[in-house]
Amino acid sequence: MITFIIQRILQSVLVMLTVALIAFGLFRYVGDPINNMVGQDTSTEERAELRERLGLNDAFLVQFGRFAINAAQGEFGFSYQHRRPVSDLIVERLPATLELSLVSAILALFIGIPMGVYTAIRRNGAVSHAFMTLSLIGISLPTFLIGILLILFFGVILRWLPTFGRGDVVEIGGWTTGFLTASGLKSLIMPAITLALFQMTLIMRLVRAEMLEVLRTDFVKFGRARGLPDRYVHFVTALKNTLVPVITITGLQLGSIIAFAIITESVFQWPGMGLLFIQAIGEVDIPVMAAYLVLIAFFFVVINLVVDVLYYVVDPRLRVDRADSGGH
Amino acid sequence: MLDSDIWYSFCRSPVTIASALLTILFFIGALFAPYVAPFNPFDLASIDIMDASLPPFWQEGGSTKFWLGTDDQGRDMWSTIIFGARVSLFVGFASVIFSIIMGVGLGLVSGYVGGRLDALIMRIADIQLSFPAILIALLIDGVARSVLPRSMHEEVAFYVLIFAIGISGWVQYARTVRGSTLVEKNKEYVQAARVIGIGPAIILLRHILPNVMGPVLVIATIHLAIAVITEATLSFLGVGVPPTTPSLGTLIRVGNDYLFSGEWWITIFPGIALVLLVLAINLLGDWLRDALNPKLR
Repeated sequence: MITFIIQRILQSVLVMLTVALIAFGLFRYVGDPINNMVGQDTSTEERAELRERLGLNDAFLVQFGRFAINAAQGEFGFSYQHRRPVSDLIVERLPATLELSLVSAILALFIGIPMGVYTAIRRNGAVSHAFMTLSLIGISLPTFLIGILLILFFGVILRWLPTFGRGDVVEIGGWTTGFLTASGLKSLIMPAITLALFQMTLIMRLVRAEMLEVLRTDFVKFGRARGLPDRYVHFVTALKNTLVPVITITGLQLGSIIAFAIITESVFQWPGMGLLFIQAIGEVDIPVMAAYLVLIAFFFVVINLVVDVLYYVVDPRLRVDRADSGGH
Repeated sequence: MLDSDIWYSFCRSPVTIASALLTILFFIGALFAPYVAPFNPFDLASIDIMDASLPPFWQEGGSTKFWLGTDDQGRDMWSTIIFGARVSLFVGFASVIFSIIMGVGLGLVSGYVGGRLDALIMRIADIQLSFPAILIALLIDGVARSVLPRSMHEEVAFYVLIFAIGISGWVQYARTVRGSTLVEKNKEYVQAARVIGIGPAIILLRHILPNVMGPVLVIATIHLAIAVITEATLSFLGVGVPPTTPSLGTLIRVGNDYLFSGEWWITIFPGIALVLLVLAINLLGDWLRDALNPKLR
């Protein structure tokens, strides 16, 4: 148990170091950091002095170490484009992305799981077939197209919902929230649905597959034979046993949601981190890109680590498997 | 592979036949775009700015000459979609081939050599698998773009894109091929080949490779759909193919700007084309997976 956790933590640290190395490589070697900081009229001597003062002449490992320590403290230097500290930009944009992701995750779970259970129980019903067909279309529809279609119907034709931005936000102790104003909530509807739809189909298909598997097992048959009511068998005996993998996958999907938020934010001009990153690519704003790389990798590594450890704690069967294969 | 069982299951499923037909139509359109499309959208001489932003033929002001309407520069939508699908499919195929070469190669080596190398390759695969493919493609593409000087973007955009999408998809192949290789390498024909002194490279390529390619084809079909979606998404985000050779994703991106002025067809028609293409390939892939899976027979 302890070895497994230590092994996973070491692996996470390794991943973070690799990503930090890439980010540092970008930061240090793409273009000249000095050129991006000073104006045209700075003399060569001044540049050389600045170079020395910033430690750009130090050994590679020293520079990388400094970068990594700064990154760990959330310091990524100044954005070339916005002329402000990257950390400020990120802190400003983080609430937008997290609120959007949270609402989408809740939507996906609370619609996806019941749909999955239903399609598994009424396997051959007309509604189940409709759900399955819809989910196939949901998988084939790229996220950005869903967003565009929603904008066309509810924004352009019906004019019910705002098509871009977050609406009015309220600031509470440095955290800007759109939950408290009518326009904020209205602005949230379409992006949240867009982001949730793909995850919803995924969760539905997963729950369905797991449920079908569990419904075939002996203990469910035995429960039926004992004369337990169908409802009890379905929702207590079976559902409880499908939830372990569902919780795991949902946890992992949380990372996906934050990643897919890039696309949704871009469609709806939602002022989150994803939009910041896409704009940074367009403007070759390296510090912002580097910061986003490190941050998104950090989110993923932490989520994966937590899910892996939880899974390991919850499901004793895995302990044997893991010991054999040395990882999943 | 085309034994009668598979042919029978194909004929029994009308959805599969329809999606196969649709896929073939897309392929023909993409291959022979210059002959199939009524106009060449890149031939400036044939474009008349007076035809700009015409709606499709059933709406007022539309004409049957441009049955799906025209875009803001007066290009026939139908023709741009055919040419766009050509670019989308080209990038999709190239990325899938890249993934196959990389994934199958690493999978073969990993399974055959084993030991530390195997552990290393599979650990990297595990780590990559914990990130969504589209994110990896986006990050590689974005980083590669900022590394390269801006003036080179147009020239190398295709290669960068194919590389990024290709890298994001190799894991599936590597894992499958590694598994099959582990099984095959202990079989008698491989041992016989080793005994008569054939080198590992020849054994891998000539003897094991043909026997592990079956599942690869199934993965490749579904992967093609994913690659096309990834390409469209990256192009939509503005980090994909250059606007001079638009793919379906670029067309949707460009058309998106005209959505609010009521010119919905510039973005919706390429969108429908993209969905039909991906849906057809997905359905075909689903069927192929089930048909080749002996458990489900």
